[in-house]
Amino acid sequence: MDFSFLQHTLVALLRGLPLTLNLAVLSLVGGGVLALLLNLLRQNRAGSYLARFYVWLFRGTPLLIQIFMIYYGLGSLPAVRESIFWPLLRDPYWCGLIALILNDAAYTSEILRGGLNAVSVQSLEAAKVCGMSRFTTLRRITLPIAIRQALPAYSNEIISMIKSTSLVSTISLMEMTGIADSIVSETFRALEVFLSAAIIYLLLTVLVSKGVALLERRLSPYYAGAR
Amino acid sequence: MMRKGLFTASVGMLLLASSALVQAKDFGTLKFATEAAYPPFNQSTPSGKIVGYEPDMVAELAKRVGFKYELVAQKWSGMIPGLVDGKYDAVVDAVTVTPKREEVVDFTHQYTVSVSGFVTLKGSALDTLPGNNEVVTAGDEAGMTKAIDALRAKFKGKTIAVQVATIQADFLNKYLADVATIRTYQGGPETFADLLNGRVDAVMASRTNLNAYVKKHADTVNSTGYGFVGGVLGQGSAIALRKNNPELKAALDAALVSMIKDGTLKQLSIKWFGENVAPAE
Repeated sequence: MDFSFLQHTLVALLRGLPLTLNLAVLSLVGGGVLALLLNLLRQNRAGSYLARFYVWLFRGTPLLIQIFMIYYGLGSLPAVRESIFWPLLRDPYWCGLIALILNDAAYTSEILRGGLNAVSVQSLEAAKVCGMSRFTTLRRITLPIAIRQALPAYSNEIISMIKSTSLVSTISLMEMTGIADSIVSETFRALEVFLSAAIIYLLLTVLVSKGVALLERRLSPYYAGAR
Repeated sequence: MMRKGLFTASVGMLLLASSALVQAKDFGTLKFATEAAYPPFNQSTPSGKIVGYEPDMVAELAKRVGFKYELVAQKWSGMIPGLVDGKYDAVVDAVTVTPKREEVVDFTHQYTVSVSGFVTLKGSALDTLPGNNEVVTAGDEAGMTKAIDALRAKFKGKTIAVQVATIQADFLNKYLADVATIRTYQGGPETFADLLNGRVDAVMASRTNLNAYVKKHADTVNSTGYGFVGGVLGQGSAIALRKNNPELKAALDAALVSMIKDGTLKQLSIKWFGENVAPAE
């Protein structure tokens, strides 16, 4: 093992970590907001069709193709290049982020839907009997139960999004995988470089699953009661 | 002097190879990796066949050396690692000989001399770059300084696309990275796609590759500015082989030299490039 090479590689890869984290966090935040809006759309018939169509479309196609469609596809249309969105779509960063947000929203909205469905009618009726307003019910009953139910599935989604950021290396963004790829084609040492990148991703996902486990514990009344 | 040295070396190789031919070394079926997306060196037809200057050259080499072969398409960024790992026996993909690459692979005799240059979008701010397609050699220091200074002034604040881990990427990082944004792409075609879409202001690649592209899009793009050769840009392209395969190297070297001598390579070059990019000897 060539330790000085490994050290050099790790340092170079960590320079891509801020962009990886930036993309992961912003796509989860943007995707989360969009997922909530999609669930609100489901209140009426037309909205429900629209939300289902959206989920069908973005869950049914590979993220890589979504990235290419937004980056190369939209970019090749003169109408898009002349529109006010071009300064945004011209930039690979925004194209990558938009694709990640749209993709994340489709999965997260399904996870959230499952969580909301798990809130029993009885507990909502109990809240009503106690005289809670609609907002208080949402804050105290619906969301805590829904989020707790959805959390295990959502931790999967967080991890999946962290790894999905690696796909934006295909549109010239130098996040960790992009940097790893370029080091490999310069040094021809695929094993050491990709291994280093894999270890960083593994550490990130361990941190996330630990964090979510802690949160789950906090949101569970039988643990909270034993405080 | 230099030329004479090369000539003697070539004759030496020829002799070596003819003795190898007498022994009729059987190489079996050799696998040649190529990108199949770097026209006119190599490209794939809609039916999936790989054609171009290099496939033609490999076919001729096979005939002269007497081996069977197979062309396999392979992504550029994993090309040399794949060779080192033994996934195929040779890489024939306009690979320029550089000292860094010579550390990990062996190179045959060169089959093109490469000049690197720029393509820009017609009607853009960079419509015409300084230099008028003049070629500057890295050894000519005064010429280099003048050319680089002129380009630095013109590229200030602009974005240049280049394929990752290429000699052109090394060149841009060395001379222009502090004034312009250098955006690196996994493949060559993506650099051109983004030039046409107006995401980047220029593409740097080898002139041979650029000219093929300009020919197809003559109304939208220009090949313009100084061309560069030598220094970080290396010394022309050759077939890359795994180290410690001297018999194959000797056989290919001899066949290449004979193809240069009898004008076969020049003919292929004119067929695919419209100009002679084959080495003199």
